[in-house]
Amino acid sequence: MNGLIHSEYPRETADYTHAGEASADIKRKLKQLGVSASVMRRVAVASYEVELNLVIHSDGGVLSLDVYPDSILLVSKDRGPGIPDLEMAMKEGYSTANEEARALGFGAGMGLPNMKRNADGFEIESEVGKGTEIRMSFNING
Amino acid sequence: MNVKELKELIEAKSLTPSLPEDVTVTCGYACDLLSWVMSHGDSGMAWTTVQTNMNVVAVAVLADMACVILPEDIEMEKEVLDKAVGEGIVVLSSPLTSYEISGRMYGQGIAAHN
Repeated sequence: MNGLIHSEYPRETADYTHAGEASADIKRKLKQLGVSASVMRRVAVASYEVELNLVIHSDGGVLSLDVYPDSILLVSKDRGPGIPDLEMAMKEGYSTANEEARALGFGAGMGLPNMKRNADGFEIESEVGKGTEIRMSFNING
Repeated sequence: MNVKELKELIEAKSLTPSLPEDVTVTCGYACDLLSWVMSHGDSGMAWTTVQTNMNVVAVAVLADMACVILPEDIEMEKEVLDKAVGEGIVVLSSPLTSYEISGRMYGQGIAAHN
């Protein structure tokens, strides 16, 4: 199926200065397409969380946005290090963020649960030594 | 209550004077853990925080907030303020503590949630 929009945002480890720019761009694009404020907000929150995860936890990766007539797809693919205990990582309040991230106000352990809560569809696959892939889908009409 | 009225209520000054202050404030929040705010932030929110890094602006924008409030006369670096202006997020700086700011807002009927 051909999408209306396809964008890719590479993100590097510990690049806090640019964290949030992909999400802001995604939000702008959805606004231009006339996506409703509530859906736009859910996508923006989820994309910011996943963008921050790439910056805080990954060895670098890419966030991509695909917009279809009825749905929006966000995919985050990183180059590692992978999540050893996915069940723990999905729990609210559990965080492995380092001191630098915590000093900036991150590391509440809300990232993955918040993504799951905001997306209509949420899938995560992770392999230690290889990387993590997160796929989130959103219905445009609600 | 709009941002201008809120500014007067908490004796604040705007660090982004070029931005309009007619945006309606619908709810309030006080928290310094950005990743916590991301999961609790809401549209029209006036958010009090001592954090002043670039990500404060990102969180406020993505959650469609009305404004950011810095307590205890905290200032924000020009680079971050430029970003706030670019994104249309009003930043207020108040001499009051987060506790007193929240108290005054609550007393004027600004709720915790929309």
